[in-house]
Amino acid sequence: MLVKGIKSRPVYTGLGIDTNAKRHIFAIEGEGVDALLDQVRAVGDDFLVHSEFLCVGPVAQLQALKPDDLWSAPTIPILLYRLRAMLQNAKMGLRLYVSGTEGFIGQVMQVAIECGIDFNSIRTEHRGSEARRVQCVHCKGITDDVKTQPVICTHCGLSLLVRDHYSRRIAAFQGVCIDAEEPGTAPAPELMFP
Amino acid sequence: MNIKFRQETFRHDFTARNSPENIKRFPFPFHEDKYMYSVNMEPHVPAGPKGYAFENMIDMDEHYVAEMQDRALVLKEDPLRCQALPHMMQAQWDTLELLMEHQAAGYPDHFSLTKNGDQWHWINRPMNIDQKFTFGDASTLPYEPMEYITRQSQGDFCIVDQRDGQLWMDAGMVTTQADWSLDFDIGMNFMEWHGPVPLAHQLGVFDRALKFLLNLQQGKPVRRLNWTMTINPRLDTSPENYPKWGQDRLTVTPENVGNKVHLRCELQSLWRLPRSNAILFVIRCYLIKMEELVTVPKWARRFHRVLRDLPPELVDYKGLTRFRPMTVEWLSKFDDGAPTSSGIFPD
Repeated sequence: MLVKGIKSRPVYTGLGIDTNAKRHIFAIEGEGVDALLDQVRAVGDDFLVHSEFLCVGPVAQLQALKPDDLWSAPTIPILLYRLRAMLQNAKMGLRLYVSGTEGFIGQVMQVAIECGIDFNSIRTEHRGSEARRVQCVHCKGITDDVKTQPVICTHCGLSLLVRDHYSRRIAAFQGVCIDAEEPGTAPAPELMFP
Repeated sequence: MNIKFRQETFRHDFTARNSPENIKRFPFPFHEDKYMYSVNMEPHVPAGPKGYAFENMIDMDEHYVAEMQDRALVLKEDPLRCQALPHMMQAQWDTLELLMEHQAAGYPDHFSLTKNGDQWHWINRPMNIDQKFTFGDASTLPYEPMEYITRQSQGDFCIVDQRDGQLWMDAGMVTTQADWSLDFDIGMNFMEWHGPVPLAHQLGVFDRALKFLLNLQQGKPVRRLNWTMTINPRLDTSPENYPKWGQDRLTVTPENVGNKVHLRCELQSLWRLPRSNAILFVIRCYLIKMEELVTVPKWARRFHRVLRDLPPELVDYKGLTRFRPMTVEWLSKFDDGAPTSSGIFPD
């Protein structure tokens, strides 16, 4: 049974531009661009000359904002690789913003935490699909872009109940075998995280 | 006190059981005929009849050797059951010191610890270990300090770091757990790792417990009892291995309830560590069969009433749904309705 309201489930409180920051780094995926456009409408565009965008997905709207720097990655792993290199040389006064799907936000935060950024200081906004990144607690394999409940683990093949319990360190929700007590009784997957 | 260690297993053929003497020292977790979550912490000081589980503050019993063998098997299959984040090394040494000192003081027939400055000599006779090492130098031990000593200490161990007004699960040895994953939870704060527990958040239990623990003082450990139920005397009921033990829950029949169904009690003790200011969280698991439990009439009556009247959320969370009705029925034969005395100890 999916228990709602688990305290480890992340809360995304919005991008909220930090006007005191010297450098703004935005990691943007797909529909996450809308969260940034909302900020420009709300607080003006002064921060853009001190901003650097790392993005996956459509780039035209981001280019139109004329940031100091814009870099478009073909896939999320490539973006994360570049982000890690940037953060390893980061200076005081940097503020990190992330918007896109939960799986994307989680992976960006994972890199940032490993580079020494306090997770509480990262501004996040969830946009786009509700699909989840799930770790199988049995084989430890991660399945991305999970839209159904239950979901078949892409590594070991067990049918997993996707819980609300979330690990920042692993950047994933926990998946637990749904028919461990009576193997073969797993219900058919249903769309749960569209 | 010379303990006679049992040769037994906690998997496959499940030969583990309690001697009549060991039943009497079981830390029975119910002080009244009903149960709900509470901040049930008390000073961790000696209590109860002679030889009870609260006599020594790090308790050891007849299962010691077999439990350590079971732990070694778990770690061979899954090394991720023992992990420590890099900043926890000082707390690891604190833990080693605490466990060695208490075991040597409590069980001098079985352990000895000799210190000469930072040159320490540890002898563990039941496990046939004789180790000289330099305190503070991990290269002089065959494992990191937490893993070294917790391979020789009954119970699961979590080392909890304190910073930013929070407690963080940053190291642990967890092989006898009631269905939670160290590998998943490591690095989480107190509220996050307790996230899946139902009802208690709304009752304010975790807010109060956190406030209490942030002020825990060195030399004044506290304890609480927690419980669940397990089919077969299986120590390793981890989520990792749920596909291996989940099916046990369907094997209970009215004929085998007494032997198969176990009350699982956790004696949890919390210790402020001197150098690191971290907290050592000891989760010591005790298993008792229903047929062993009912040899103490007070416990038989009380557990029947607790289990019968348990709130449905707890039945679900503790995974009791499939075998609770049968167990309540079985226990009812031992409950004549007589009143029970307050407190946990046998009459």
